[in-house]
Amino acid sequence: MRYAETGFNLEIDLSRGSIERVETDPRLTELYLGGLGTNTQILWDRVPPETEPFSPDNLLIFSTGLLGGTLAPGANRTIVTTYSPQTLLMGYSMMGGFWAPELKHAGYDKVIFRGKSPNLVYLWINDDKVEIRDASHLQGKGAVETAELIQEELKEPKAQVAAIGLAGENRVYMASIEQGRSSASRLGIGAVMGDKGIKAIAVRGTKDINIARPAEFIEFCNEVLKYIKAREEKPVPGVMPILAGLGSPQEMKLHDEEWHTQNFMWGNSRTRIRDYWNKEIEEKWKETQESVRTRLVSCYNCPMKCGAAISVPGISTYMMKCFSKLTYTMAAYSDLDFGFKIAQRATEYGVDAFSTPQVMAFGLELYEAGILTDQDMAGMPSDNEGRFYWLLDRIVRREGIGDVLANGTHWAAQQIGKGAEEYAHNNIKKHEQLPLKLGMLNPVYFLMYSTGEKINITQIEGQFPQAPFATMEERQDFVKDWVQVPDEKFKQYLLDWEFRGEHSNPYYPTVDMSCEIVDWQETMHYIDDALGMCAGLSSFPLKPPYHIHNYPTLISSGTGIDIDEAGLWQVAKRNRTLLRAVNIRRGMRRADEKPPEDHWKKRFPELEAQLLDAYYEFKGWNNQGIPTKETLHELALDYVSEDFLQRGILTDNEGTPSKETSAETEKK
Amino acid sequence: MQGEKKKKIVKTIKVDVDKCNGCRACEVICSAFHATPKYSSNNPARSRIRVIRDPLRDVYVPVYAGEYTAAECMGRDKYTIDGKEYEECAFCRASCPSRNIFKEPDSGLPLKCDMCEDDPPQEEPLCVQWCLNDALTYEEREEEVEEEEELEEMEIGLESLVDKYGLDKIMDTVARMSVKD
Repeated sequence: MRYAETGFNLEIDLSRGSIERVETDPRLTELYLGGLGTNTQILWDRVPPETEPFSPDNLLIFSTGLLGGTLAPGANRTIVTTYSPQTLLMGYSMMGGFWAPELKHAGYDKVIFRGKSPNLVYLWINDDKVEIRDASHLQGKGAVETAELIQEELKEPKAQVAAIGLAGENRVYMASIEQGRSSASRLGIGAVMGDKGIKAIAVRGTKDINIARPAEFIEFCNEVLKYIKAREEKPVPGVMPILAGLGSPQEMKLHDEEWHTQNFMWGNSRTRIRDYWNKEIEEKWKETQESVRTRLVSCYNCPMKCGAAISVPGISTYMMKCFSKLTYTMAAYSDLDFGFKIAQRATEYGVDAFSTPQVMAFGLELYEAGILTDQDMAGMPSDNEGRFYWLLDRIVRREGIGDVLANGTHWAAQQIGKGAEEYAHNNIKKHEQLPLKLGMLNPVYFLMYSTGEKINITQIEGQFPQAPFATMEERQDFVKDWVQVPDEKFKQYLLDWEFRGEHSNPYYPTVDMSCEIVDWQETMHYIDDALGMCAGLSSFPLKPPYHIHNYPTLISSGTGIDIDEAGLWQVAKRNRTLLRAVNIRRGMRRADEKPPEDHWKKRFPELEAQLLDAYYEFKGWNNQGIPTKETLHELALDYVSEDFLQRGILTDNEGTPSKETSAETEKK
Repeated sequence: MQGEKKKKIVKTIKVDVDKCNGCRACEVICSAFHATPKYSSNNPARSRIRVIRDPLRDVYVPVYAGEYTAAECMGRDKYTIDGKEYEECAFCRASCPSRNIFKEPDSGLPLKCDMCEDDPPQEEPLCVQWCLNDALTYEEREEEVEEEEELEEMEIGLESLVDKYGLDKIMDTVARMSVKD
């Protein structure tokens, strides 16, 4: 008997219209746990690196995590994996909500799509009964609207539906997959879903999820809930309110936006408005938020309330979470009321709320600079907000200039030329980043931005404070109950970290410390993403209930696979290395690993090269960021090094990383 | 016949629908508690509490499984409260042929909330313990009730006849039968 997982995947061949239920190898669970880990293994194993994202040979994998749908609070994430049309690297995006637990109750760990359907379809999974159904009547429908129509048509209000909107159908590179109160938005995976001709996946499940050692498991879960309750009553002092508690940043609950509006950039990630926030705006925004927010909502089996139902009079209700509250507002230099209104249309279209507003602001900047002409923008209204609506409509329909902008700022700039590349200034690996421009280089963040495989900072940061605490007293107070640290030395790093002087950015935390801090932070994310645990209760916030010391008990008692801290760390390292290997095989190298040039005003090329050298070495990668043969062997990933040797990515006499060579690479 | 006064514990789960955020932790823990062995599996389809949800219409109603009923009501009800329309029979607790909740998914047998009877007893039903947002809270109070007389077998039979035909008719019939003899 398999515990926590079902041991079965659904394999759907859309070209042939075939559906298979396939038993999985339990050894893969021991090696990679599940979720992102096994998704990566499948992508490595079954999709050759030459495969185009929009090829029928590309896979689109919807996965639960190993603990998804169990009693463990917050284990509800759906992990979607494919090759991204935007970065051309592996794209994985995740969503909370209710979909993954429902899939596991239907008896499956993953749904794996291959091929392409000749016409628009949706998949209906009703326990053992699985059918591919015609979706031609849903063509062009909004993502939220589609979910409702499918529930009605199936007469099954309890079905959970993940759907794309018009953007996904039209293969817009910022297309998201929307589901309930959540969405898998980043890296254009909605476009791959549209390319495969899948409008939606509806699922209803009524089977048991089994636990190996119930008494131990329930005791742990009860402790977690007790901890959450206590932690919520005791926010971390000295950090901004949205980061003081658990969950994703509490944008829906709180109305104090001083930090975002004054520290994040407006427009095309351009302007910082340091004195934006005042009493008048605070009151106005509070009123706006409270007038449209009907209820704070949770994901499956989680007491946090990170999302909200938003009902703006005259337009249909939708769900929102986190920073998408401000992305449209700030890209358009507008206010919150506009942000809530346009986000409704954007959610129905199914687009990423991080990239899309920046793409639109980028388009307008090009127009103002004369690079895009009146002819390109023919029909665009003259008012600022009207322009954003107009651009959004053009992009998701791929009409006129929208067809170019629909490929994101990087590819659009390439197509437009005439110096447009300079305006696509906020990308890493071709993907739009949070609109943040700061002063002094932060070594930890430098490494996370450069090397993070999700290419999204929120999927690697967490655990370690973003900035030092001002006074020693605050620091001592913070480390007192900091049980989550993998090693006591991290407490000292924080105690010694200052705003100014010898122990401040960029030289402190030192290169070695930075490597350790980043390694810890990303390890926690890789564990969460394999388990299907929400980062909001684990890898993202400060002092979370789940951490490296207690996870082994949860995993062992839940699955019956005995694992200790060292073993768990090793699995995370294996998953992280394999994901890197997938991207290396698709051509990613050191030269791609850099933050946007203007991310910090003060840059330190020598230090940055040192940081990258040291981190690669720490991770067991060579100076190009390629995992070495020894590292791969240690992680039981010999099949990767064999492939690398065959392709000439590694050579037989690969030595240890050499710093001299890397300095040369830097000069190029 | 008059019974004696007796103390009875009344257990109430108070449901504040305004505080429900729709996470369904109540369903998850309920199904796990009632699994055999305890907590060895979970499955909301077996839960004795269901959150009637329609998130886009702001409908969140946790409902507990009550008595099993063999026959459905003669009609149905549908409430609109504060402009929100609730689904048919939304507030009814019965395990009833008219709908598919509160039935074991495999056997179709009815489910009924037992307030998490346990040995040693739980402080509160598990759904209440797992509702950190206090949409579900628990209250116990003592009430004095008439002690019910235990009925003899014949009385039970007669009572159901009385229920069906009324006392007068029964008495008439008994009188007629005794005359015949």
